[in-house]
Amino acid sequence: MPKILAVDDSVSMRNMVSFTLRGAGHEVREAADGEAALAVARAERFDLVLADINMPGMDGITLTRELRALPSFAGVPILILTTESDRDKKMEGKAAGATGWLVKPFDPDQLLATVARVAG
Amino acid sequence: MATVDLSQFHQTFFEESLENLAVMEDALLALENGNQAPELVHTIFRAAHSIKGGAATFGFADVAAFTHVLESLLDELREGRRAADGATIESLLQAVDCLTGMLARSRDGGTVADALSESLRERFTRMLGKPVEAPAAKAPPPLASAGWRIRFRPLPHMLRTGNDPLRMFRELANHGALVVKEVHVLEQPRPAFADLDPTAATLGWDLELHGDIPRSQVDAVFEWVDGDCELDIQVLHDRRAQRPAPDAAAAAGAAPTPEPGVHADAGSIRVSIAKVDALINMVGELVITQSMLGDIGEHFSLDRLARLREGLAQLDRTTRELQDSVMRIRMLPIAAVFRRFPRMVRDLEHRLGKRVKLELHGESTEVDKTVLERIGDPLVHLIRNAVDHGFEKPEARVAAGKPEAGTLRLEARHEGGNVVVEVSDDGGGLRRAPILAKAEQRGLVRPGQEVDDDELAELIFQPGFSTHAEATDVSGRGVGMDVVRRNVRDLGGSVSVRSREGAGSTFTIVLPLTLAIIEGLVTEVGGERYIVPLVSIVESLQLRTDGVRHVGGGGELFRFRDDWLPLVRLHDVFGCTGAVTDVEQGMVMVVEAGGRRVGLLVDALMGQQQAVIKSLEAHYQRVEGISGATIASDGGVALIVDVGGIVSLAGRRRAA
Repeated sequence: MPKILAVDDSVSMRNMVSFTLRGAGHEVREAADGEAALAVARAERFDLVLADINMPGMDGITLTRELRALPSFAGVPILILTTESDRDKKMEGKAAGATGWLVKPFDPDQLLATVARVAG
Repeated sequence: MATVDLSQFHQTFFEESLENLAVMEDALLALENGNQAPELVHTIFRAAHSIKGGAATFGFADVAAFTHVLESLLDELREGRRAADGATIESLLQAVDCLTGMLARSRDGGTVADALSESLRERFTRMLGKPVEAPAAKAPPPLASAGWRIRFRPLPHMLRTGNDPLRMFRELANHGALVVKEVHVLEQPRPAFADLDPTAATLGWDLELHGDIPRSQVDAVFEWVDGDCELDIQVLHDRRAQRPAPDAAAAAGAAPTPEPGVHADAGSIRVSIAKVDALINMVGELVITQSMLGDIGEHFSLDRLARLREGLAQLDRTTRELQDSVMRIRMLPIAAVFRRFPRMVRDLEHRLGKRVKLELHGESTEVDKTVLERIGDPLVHLIRNAVDHGFEKPEARVAAGKPEAGTLRLEARHEGGNVVVEVSDDGGGLRRAPILAKAEQRGLVRPGQEVDDDELAELIFQPGFSTHAEATDVSGRGVGMDVVRRNVRDLGGSVSVRSREGAGSTFTIVLPLTLAIIEGLVTEVGGERYIVPLVSIVESLQLRTDGVRHVGGGGELFRFRDDWLPLVRLHDVFGCTGAVTDVEQGMVMVVEAGGRRVGLLVDALMGQQQAVIKSLEAHYQRVEGISGATIASDGGVALIVDVGGIVSLAGRRRAA
């Protein structure tokens, strides 16, 4: 089963994401911000990264750029979590190397459907 | 598909949203105090954004709608299109208060939006000067068709973004019958096999997707590769028909509405990983000790006695450490209470025309969760009093040679087995003349009676004692310090004040570290056991009959150092039969509560013990002079003496 790195500074969102993904049989690692995620990503391989954009310290866009610079993350799907139809953020994310995005608010079913598109 | 019950995340959402609101408030106050750091506005924005995201995800539509407008306003602030002036900050602070209320109502399952939230939302919308589009705007209903012809030519870098054409085709195939019409090798001439870059896209496809599929679903598959490929999508057959769109609401992702009224505050607590690790560590040791003792017990012989002793000593040590670790889980930094004061002091300053500089010290000092929940009100009272009565108006301060702004210092620290919280101000201090006049008027002191500073300070703790000429809407009139003292006493603590007229006052609150366990001295009265909390014991002594004086009304006094203290016969208070009545046969424990001392006569002292307090009210009913019960080491029940209650009982008897 795919191994997923879930990055969000909000505990409730992170709980929801990992609970849902684990329930579907995925292996999930959590990180509370960009720096923590990057540290985990340097040590382990992942099949998918889900990263919130707005985080204190290193934000999701910077994290995406940093991950793409790692040889082990070439081609690994990175999805950013963004709100509404914030086109600028999506494009910023894409330019940084994100595979795609998941628009907040999303429910567990939408999350699983989106994850199924890129991993599993 | 798996359905996940979102309500299980609500409690966490509420907790972190309240934290975010506190962060917003701190940052807003810093902005108002002239801190120009751009990071502040980002922090405020991020906090609001986080609340909005969570509220929308977990189905709190009103909160999401409110924060959406708030966020738009903050966005203007963040991008420098709006100045963080006083009026804006005031509105944002009101928004913080409003959101706090909305979150509480969301948790209790009531109506979330109210008149205040609606009027604030309107004001923010007006400030924005343009309509804010509602979050999660729905896409226009899509057109249906018989199918689509798709010309798809990835640019070389597309694979590196993590988008895999095969997965995209699989996604398309989920919607209808997918036919690959042609595959093109894009790079011409074809590269030699050895020169192929596996991360570069080299193929292109012509596809047909058959079926009654809305264009939006096809677009969605290619949404993420917009700009990473050449894409041309055409209607397959020219048979356009306007059909009702499939469930548009589901497509737009409407969050489920929560069931109202079922999610009460479960009283959860967030514990740091370090504390949990320490706990697991202890349990590990306990298991090792248990297996070692089990092994000794199974093959016991006298020569293993030493090992048994050693094992029991280890068990004792580990149990104590485990107890400490468990207790520490309930301990939280007092910062959670201190946090609300900067805002409160700011509001008071504005309303009362005072200038106050608030200093917070020892915010990381940990206190029991119950103490944390209940120390807020007394502190609010002390701080209000300090700003309202303590500090002079700025002009008066300057005239007295003091800095224009008063300093209000709030400090928490551990001292022995206690937590000490101090509120000190450099204001006018307790004013002797009006306090004495008031005390004389109420008959608390005789005219002309000598009253030292400590006695003067004690007077303000008398019920209904207030010297303020007129009631203000801040501190009110009458109820005050006696309520503070009662609240603190209910927590097993004490409050005292040191003051010098013209120089300021310091209120000191001393609280026990935890309310669940006390160190106590076990005493015996008429064959029953009573536990007296160690913190309130001053000394134990034996009296001689001629050292006791009888006073009017059946009271007894005994000499202790330079004082005469009331003697309280515990057997009288609790109605024990068969107890020692001769003071020379029993023991007298001098105990102190609220600055007053009495002697308790008991039969004998049995030794020291840690007592886990069980509520008497929960199992029986409230008994005056008893604060709870505990199970002694032999399984019997021992009652815990409420020293504060006994002392005031003695005071009332003396007055009667």
